[in-house]
Amino acid sequence: MLHVENLTASIAGNQILKGIDLDVGAGEVHAVMGPNGSGKSTFAHALAGRDGYEISGTVTLDGADLLDLEPEERAAAGVFMGFQYPVEIPGVNNMYFLRTALNSVRKARGEEEVGARDFLAVAQEAMDLVEMKTDFLNRAVNAGFSGGEKKRNEILQMAIMQPRLAVLDETDSGLDIDALRIIASGINALRGPDRSMIVITHYQRLLDYIKPDFVHVLVDGRIVESGDHTLALHLEDHGYAGFVNHDLDNVPEQRLSAAVL
Amino acid sequence: MDDIIAEQKDTMSEQLREIEELTEASYEYGFSTDLDTDIAPPGLTEDTVRLISAKKDEPPWLLEWRLKAYEAWTSMDEPDWAKLNIAPIDYQGLSYWAAPKQKPVLDSMDDVDPEIRDMFDKLGIPLHEQKLLSNVAIDAIVDSVSVTTTFKATLAEAGVIFCSFSEAVQDHPELVREHLGSVVPVRDNFFAALNSAVFSDGSFCYIPAGVRCPMELSTYFRINSQNTGQFERTLIVAEDDSHVSYLEGCTAPQRDENQLHAAVVELVAKDRAEIKYSTVQNWYPGDENGVGGIYNFVTKRGRAHTDAKISWTQVETGSAITWKYPSVILQGDRSVGEFYSVALSSKRQQADTGTKMIHIGADTTSSIISKGISAGHGQNTYRGLVKAMRSAENARNYTQCDSLLIGSDCGAHTIPYIEVKNPTAQVEHEASTSTVGEDQLYYCRQRGMTEEDAMSMIVNGFCREVFNELPMEFAVEAQRLLSVSLEGSVG
Repeated sequence: MLHVENLTASIAGNQILKGIDLDVGAGEVHAVMGPNGSGKSTFAHALAGRDGYEISGTVTLDGADLLDLEPEERAAAGVFMGFQYPVEIPGVNNMYFLRTALNSVRKARGEEEVGARDFLAVAQEAMDLVEMKTDFLNRAVNAGFSGGEKKRNEILQMAIMQPRLAVLDETDSGLDIDALRIIASGINALRGPDRSMIVITHYQRLLDYIKPDFVHVLVDGRIVESGDHTLALHLEDHGYAGFVNHDLDNVPEQRLSAAVL
Repeated sequence: MDDIIAEQKDTMSEQLREIEELTEASYEYGFSTDLDTDIAPPGLTEDTVRLISAKKDEPPWLLEWRLKAYEAWTSMDEPDWAKLNIAPIDYQGLSYWAAPKQKPVLDSMDDVDPEIRDMFDKLGIPLHEQKLLSNVAIDAIVDSVSVTTTFKATLAEAGVIFCSFSEAVQDHPELVREHLGSVVPVRDNFFAALNSAVFSDGSFCYIPAGVRCPMELSTYFRINSQNTGQFERTLIVAEDDSHVSYLEGCTAPQRDENQLHAAVVELVAKDRAEIKYSTVQNWYPGDENGVGGIYNFVTKRGRAHTDAKISWTQVETGSAITWKYPSVILQGDRSVGEFYSVALSSKRQQADTGTKMIHIGADTTSSIISKGISAGHGQNTYRGLVKAMRSAENARNYTQCDSLLIGSDCGAHTIPYIEVKNPTAQVEHEASTSTVGEDQLYYCRQRGMTEEDAMSMIVNGFCREVFNELPMEFAVEAQRLLSVSLEGSVG
């Protein structure tokens, strides 16, 4: 479904992604882990189409090229990004924002827009998923939200947008254990055979709740190791020390063979 | 409830989109109707003042009043304290009188000159009967002469007088004489004096004691003739315990020269009366290079008596120059003054606008919410005075000035003046400056919105507190104007 080949990204002459290859099949959940500054967020933004990067390589979604598309066109193609730091938009009603977002992609796809009444039903269902109260919709987008509320709002938006590909950038950061559980169960509920997810995280913690099909280790702009969920457990025990400086010799045998997959 | 709000917003944004498609960044109202105009030769002397007064068949006391103003004006200088860069204005090069020749005395809409009707159609002013059912009475002004006043009959039943200023001078001279210049004296300032000398027409509104005006009153001003200044005069008198909401909308056609507009609005709110005055101003702002556009010098002031309330709401998106400080004299005890403002400067527009709240009575309160938006090469200044006189026991003021910057070539300035002479008075001032962030735009775009839609949403969110004060119809227009005015300032 998602095919990434030799993807590089530079900002102001500084190369951050140094050739990423990744294939994500329909219905799969891939975790991307790595130390600070390894390029995880840049990878997410490169997929979502943020301005300001020089990009090369190939990214296709269902065979269609993504790299030439504007961010809103990628959204219409089914790309959703859960932001690590969701942006506040004062004065803009959350429900209005959500419905405008949904209708923007529907319009771009030539689908009928959703009216206010129907949307309320859609929103209610999505809100149950992340255990949000109704008054949440009447507040301004992320303005004055706690860290946990902002992240829940991201998952709420994902539930409403029903994307083909969700890229969740450190959705677990800054969450207490209850919020983490709510968000993880929301994400799990949104897993499906037609939806793929890339879950970017520092910690194994989130992966206790969301069991990924694959785990990739991103170090210094490259995927240096791939494996199943046990790779995350290994990282939990040993950290990334073994991967920095590309010192793959320290990686246990079976992990290396997993990387070859 | 949520549904209804969302539904309304839906309609709003739909209209917004339609307009955006239609306009594509050019000034929407840049057409000029070919009316047969009766125009005075350029220049301003005592004779000009006499000519205007004679053309309008005015009583001697009004001519005298005008002449007094003219005399005052000749001894005054243009104010230069505003943060505005203005090309010199040749006051002797302007014509001070222009009226459509076929001066209409009309019983119904059908009698209106088809060209004028057509012009109003282009402006989208709901002059047609069916649209009038939307409960808005309109006193439409073309180049200074009131063409038609609608719904006068309904208003008359309630005892409300709503007519052109000229008519009021003829039909209700005692009311006009009593209140004209009572809030803004002829010597008040350079532009007020000029207006007082040469004002051509305007609106007059009188709400008798105890009457709640049965509909919102609305006036559309429009400058049509080339090289004519427009000097309209508005006077609203609300007697004890009365209530009125007044809407004023302005557009001007596209012209290369700068046109002068110097209006005066006076509000009198007697005991326990309430006047709500809303303006959407969309005069031609000039082009990207600062060529053309309206010079807008306006004096607006209200006097609030005991327990009275005056509320100004303005959305200023047009004009090359805006110099405007709608003010309230809080004379009576417990009187209330409010000022809600959105001022946008894009292209080469300059706005120096704000308010004056003069607290005289005890327990008077005022609040000021100002939202300045700067884009392109626009310069936006908030200038506001909060003054508590010695008599103003327990006066309260809250001021909030927010500025939003779009792009790196524009400017925002906040200049508050606070003078407190009574130790029990409390004055609060808050100010913020923010930019429309790349992050906000990217976030919205990642959710599928185009850059223009995202910008429009963010800016409208910024203005929300002020738009909430506008009547629904005007709020829609204001949102629309804002996104039209901001087109091309993205990216």
